[in-house]
Amino acid sequence: MLRFLIAVIRRDILLAARRRGDWLTAQFFFIMVTSLFPLGIGPEPAMLRTIGPGVVWVAALLACLLSLGRLYADDHRDGSLEQLLLAPYSNALLALGKAIAHWIINGIPLLLIAPVLGIQFGLPADALAVLVLSLAIGTPVLSLLGGIGAALTLGLRGGGVLITLLILPLYVPVLIFGAGAVDGTLSGTGAEAHLSLLGAVLVMALLVAPWISALALRVSVE
Amino acid sequence: MNLYRYASPATFHPLAGRLVPWFAALAAALAAAGLYISFFVAPTDFQQGEGYRIIFIHVPAAWMSMFIYIVMAFWSAIGLAWNTRLSFVMARALAPTGAMFTFVALWTGALWGKPMWGAWWVWDARLTSSLILLFLYVGYMALQAAIDDPRRADRAGALLNLVGVINVPIIYFSVKWWNTLHQGASVSLTRAPSMAQTMLWGMLVMALAAWMYTIAVALVRARTLILERERQTEWARAVLKEEA
Repeated sequence: MLRFLIAVIRRDILLAARRRGDWLTAQFFFIMVTSLFPLGIGPEPAMLRTIGPGVVWVAALLACLLSLGRLYADDHRDGSLEQLLLAPYSNALLALGKAIAHWIINGIPLLLIAPVLGIQFGLPADALAVLVLSLAIGTPVLSLLGGIGAALTLGLRGGGVLITLLILPLYVPVLIFGAGAVDGTLSGTGAEAHLSLLGAVLVMALLVAPWISALALRVSVE
Repeated sequence: MNLYRYASPATFHPLAGRLVPWFAALAAALAAAGLYISFFVAPTDFQQGEGYRIIFIHVPAAWMSMFIYIVMAFWSAIGLAWNTRLSFVMARALAPTGAMFTFVALWTGALWGKPMWGAWWVWDARLTSSLILLFLYVGYMALQAAIDDPRRADRAGALLNLVGVINVPIIYFSVKWWNTLHQGASVSLTRAPSMAQTMLWGMLVMALAAWMYTIAVALVRARTLILERERQTEWARAVLKEEA
């Protein structure tokens, strides 16, 4: 079982490594979107510091959505998804592996880029640490919930826009707790409450999302 | 009498046809009574003046917006568990009405908020979660519209609906805590608990009217959906020929 999970993750990482252009697009999107905000709003440091956590988080949501469209689509097109679903393991395991791979490929780079973007917004060091921590807990939730959306919209026309309509409302709690943790650090009320809630959301998503993704995959492929 | 008989589209279609006029008539009668109570019987509020009367539309609409989503989730769960076609049809038939009531609740809320709070919109927990509920309805309908195969559309929509219903309380509490942790509620929606008896009656009658309206409209929509899906069957052809 564990070997199957690892094989799914390895396969996706290998595929992403062979096609670096696709993979880099989402990361540069993340960088560009956050850099546009100061240009639109103005360079006052105090203003940028208040909006910084929210902007970085919203950009992370959008960057995640951008790469979700391809989570199952490529495998669906060349038929390997059907083979994977026929494997003698629970389909939820496949969905979990796919979500973990998506997080390793797209989530971890966001964690590494985020502090640099935080500096652009003048965030102090302790807020930067909390930003990375909140992203580390929150981005796996984005990958897990996004997997449901990717499975539901598999092979539909306009799937890319549709997935944003389906999934963004479900991302609201993650955004609130994630950006709230950084805000809490900035305002001195502390980040623990937000981070704990974010952790609770992660546990819930880990328990529920792979099963629903598996059901959705079966509906879409059948 | 076996009620399960009506789980079949062929028997449900004529039954719904017979029920629709009754529910529509009840909706009209209750709405007339409710509007009469709310405009002529209920006293003027001593703080809010006449402007408060919009709650007779607003509160029932807000109740229905949440309730319909839960009913949809109920039908979705039944449909996924027992593979009954009619359950999916019901869930789908309810969605536009739910979205409409959510929109009405937001719209009347804005109309009420302007004179009372001095703002069309505040980022209050209830307003924000209603807005997100509207997004959930829109996502459900967009997914249904994008899938051509009705079988897949039903199941995909049902799954999305169930995920949404798990999320609604999480969204509500996250928004609530966000609001209180952020800035402290600048406006409280809680009204005086001692509401005049007639005001309460007006609201309840209007809520019942909204229920009846929802049932009537959902049944009409379900009938159309059934005919569309069963158009290759004998009985549906007969019905269509008769109506043409």
